[in-house]
Amino acid sequence: MQRIINFILNNRNAFLYGFLLLVSLVITVRSHSYHQSKFFNSSKWLTGNIYQTGANVSFYFGLREENQRLVNENEQLRRMLFNMETSGALLLDTTAIDFEVMSANLIKNSFASPRNYLTIDRGRKDSVVQDMGVITTKGILGIVENVSKNFATVQSVLNTKSNINAKIKNTNFFGSLIWNAEDYKVVQLVDIPRLVPLVVGDTIVTGAMSSIFPENIPIGVIKKYDLNTSKSFYNIDVELFNDMANIKNVYLIMNKNRQEIKTLEAITLDE
Amino acid sequence: MNSTVLLNIVRFVLLVLAQVLIFNTLGFLDSINPMVYVIFFYWYPIKGNRAIFMLTAFLLGFIIDIFSDTLALHAIASLTIAYARPVIMRFCFGVNYEFQNFSFKNTTKVQRVTFLALVVLLHHTVFFSLEILSFSHVLLILKKVFSIGIVTLVFCVLFSSLFSPARE
Repeated sequence: MQRIINFILNNRNAFLYGFLLLVSLVITVRSHSYHQSKFFNSSKWLTGNIYQTGANVSFYFGLREENQRLVNENEQLRRMLFNMETSGALLLDTTAIDFEVMSANLIKNSFASPRNYLTIDRGRKDSVVQDMGVITTKGILGIVENVSKNFATVQSVLNTKSNINAKIKNTNFFGSLIWNAEDYKVVQLVDIPRLVPLVVGDTIVTGAMSSIFPENIPIGVIKKYDLNTSKSFYNIDVELFNDMANIKNVYLIMNKNRQEIKTLEAITLDE
Repeated sequence: MNSTVLLNIVRFVLLVLAQVLIFNTLGFLDSINPMVYVIFFYWYPIKGNRAIFMLTAFLLGFIIDIFSDTLALHAIASLTIAYARPVIMRFCFGVNYEFQNFSFKNTTKVQRVTFLALVVLLHHTVFFSLEILSFSHVLLILKKVFSIGIVTLVFCVLFSSLFSPARE
């Protein structure tokens, strides 16, 4: 017994190393396969507030540019509004709409790692919940992952765990949008069948299969495509519309019917 | 003794803030974000309790992990550096390192840069191997280790000469 205790005492540093390594490996591996860690993420009070302070300073450097971007978007929205067939009054009735939109600021951006998470300055007190869609004026950005009182983290499309339903614009051929972690300007669209006629430059938009995003939100254009190893599906490289390195204002999308869809799907699966 | 502890706490906090607010968003050549907090392992006193050193290193890595949403990758890499530092030091500074009155003052510049380079290399190799965690991406790992490692090393050498204690 004495010998065992002596052995442990003599190698206490190695044991401490082993112990701490085990702790961190457990934290890493547990969240590696599926979700971001629920307890250790940047939506927490301290991290969120430090990022907020940093962002408050750096926001000033891009105000003019950001303003221009928002004006351009307003212009585009006005054009859509004036050319619409239904009357505007109908849309003001908020009980009839399916999607709720909320603005937010990005306080931490990240695009260099294989699993990128972003932090925004809206949280539970603004009724943000998990699995809300996040877009910018130009296109899709990600999905809300963890929410704290004042902040939330977003799983970016630039995340190897991300998997979003997407389709080729004006057709009904849909596939999954994934990322191979190589270039932050390019994501991959897989599972598009071989019979689909493709052209470089075609627009890719979100599909109707997801209860997170509305249909037809722009994602990017086809940069290049080839057949996968089984020769029956395409692997498509999609160049994103968003400049992922330069994002400030984002919109959160809440599908009011999501809960109902989820419940229905759960019941169907049970039977 | 007390002032050393205080100094290291201040360094700890400042390095965390510098890392998460400045260097994590640097985006040099699109995606190079140097991990300058590695310099902490160069500045940390050589004599002292190794257990406390490892706990500090773990904490430093883990706080940066929480900020950058990287699970516990920084923690593992820092912890490994803290554990391996005596070996790297013996390799770089030879038997001198064993003596009681050893300090960085009586080492050459080349020795110190070698030491930093080895620390950065080990840290980045551990970090990116675990981050990507796939043997089919060995080339991507190597590319990241070397491109980011070189930038980190440049920053560390600059910092070590900028903020070195006054020479006697």
